[in-house]
Parts: sequence; structure tokens; C-alpha cells
Amino acid sequence: MKFGVVRFPGSCDEIDALLACRRFGEAELLWHKDRDLGGVDAVVVPGGFSYGDYLRAGAIARFSPLMEAVIDFARAGGPVLGICNGFQVLCEAGLLPGALLPNRSLRFVCRQVDVVVEQPGTVFTRACAKGDLLSVPVKHMGGRYYAPGILEDQVVLRYAPGQNPNGAQDDIAGVCNTEGNVLGLMPHPEHAVNPLTGSADGGRLFESVAMVPAG
Amino acid sequence: MRARVLIRPKEGILDPQGQAVEQALPALGFSGVRNVHVGRLVELDVDDPSEVPEMCERLLANPLIEDYEIVTEAGGRGASSERGAGCPAEVTG
Repeated sequence: MKFGVVRFPGSCDEIDALLACRRFGEAELLWHKDRDLGGVDAVVVPGGFSYGDYLRAGAIARFSPLMEAVIDFARAGGPVLGICNGFQVLCEAGLLPGALLPNRSLRFVCRQVDVVVEQPGTVFTRACAKGDLLSVPVKHMGGRYYAPGILEDQVVLRYAPGQNPNGAQDDIAGVCNTEGNVLGLMPHPEHAVNPLTGSADGGRLFESVAMVPAG
Repeated sequence: MRARVLIRPKEGILDPQGQAVEQALPALGFSGVRNVHVGRLVELDVDDPSEVPEMCERLLANPLIEDYEIVTEAGGRGASSERGAGCPAEVTG
């Protein structure tokens, strides 16, 4: 199992994502100007910033040469995980429904939250059971998810009751596409893979991707 | 051709920035202010103004969450003598 972790100008969580992936498989960085995914089995679009987040977060990054390859990879069924800014990029690229608006508070939020696994059936959550609570950090200013008409089946993660940090619609923290091979989430599972930093719950998403499907 | 694209949050979408400004104005003694919305302005010189709506749909705005309005006027940055003189020649939404 080999993960590829995208690096844009402005990415800042790609090393944590790389180290999280390496707990469960091989992993390498992918440079935004490349057009080739180097034969990886799964792609992580990490958090931070991309192309200055000019215009809107993710709006320019989606046109990078590498993202063209990631879009093809996703459309062919390859697993793609977008975290925070990566989630914004995947929405702008049309791989996921909806958009991310400025936090209701207009403030940057940085805190540990609990998220509930609503959909254990995806390639990213198959190591979890429905209703599992994962303790993971959020850190963002534009994470208010908005997607009129999103299907309940696409809601993979919800903020636990009372913990919605940004005003997201229906407490949605993470969503997948209808095929279930693309997941975007605002919380940062890659920062929660070691009990020394408070929680290892985030590792279960990477573990899920690396798992050989049962049967 | 000079084009101005005015982008604002779609109606019905919570606009905390607009609310914050609306709440700040009375503190300065400006009463009777309502429906404040904060958006952004993109100005561009274009050879073919008929392409601007597609530019808006595909990049300048996110049509899911933003409305846009295109205002075009003759001239461009090079034709400064005409800047500000013309009325909006075309407004589309």
C-alpha cells in the first residue's frame, strides 16, 4: 500500500500526513507541478494553504497539473482523502459536493473535537463502527460546510452534539462522494495518530485505507 | 473592454462579515443601516467580454455560494481618460 501526499506551495500539514500514512503503509510526497502520481494506491490532499488561497481557498489549486491527475485518479475509483484545505480543494474541483464558508464566528478555531462516525462503509472508515467517537483537532477559519441537498449517505463524519466549531450545516465534519472513494473532512486526523499528542483516533482513517477489504 | 465583477454571498446564506459590519456602524452613530453584505471585486481587461460569464462560473465565483454581477465599460486600464466616465454598459447576474 503506497500513499501519495500532495505538496502545494503553502501546504503545512503534508509532513504530518506523510508520517501518519507511514504508520500503515509506504508514503511519498507528490509535487504540485508533477503530472504523474507515481503509481500510488491512495492520495492525501493535506491541509495548510495552497497558492495563497487567493480568490477562495482551493480555487486556484484545483487547476494545478497534479490535481488534474488526482481528479482522473478519483474518477477512476482511486481513494482520495482531502483534509481541511485539501477538503476545500476537492470541493472546488467538483469531486465533492458543497462548499466551505467562513466560520460563523469569523474567528480561527483551533481545538480538539469529537466527531461521530456516521458512515463506516467507506474505504476511509472501514476500521470504524457506526457511532464511534474520534477525538481529532480542528484548526481553520473557513470550515462552515454548506451543501444544499446532500444525501445522508454521503455524511461520513459529524461533530459530536454541541461541538460544531464553525456553524457547518447539520454538524457535518466530513463527506464522501456518491461512489464513496473520495472523502473530505475539516478535522485533522493526521495530527492525532500518537497517544503522546492526546489521541491516536485519527490513525483509524489511514488504517482503513491501508486495510485489505474483507472478502 | 474593462469588466468589473461584483461577487457577494448568495441570498439566504449566513454572511457573518456583513453582520459584523452592520453591527459596527451603529456604534459610530450611523443608524438606519440594514442588509449589509461584504463581497469582493474583480476588475479585468478582456478582449471578449462575452467570455466573462463563463469565467465567473468556472473560477471567479463559486455559483453554489456566491452571486455575481458583471459590469462592463468601454476602454480599459490603458484608456484612463475614459475611466469612470461611462455608465455600466451591461449588467448581468
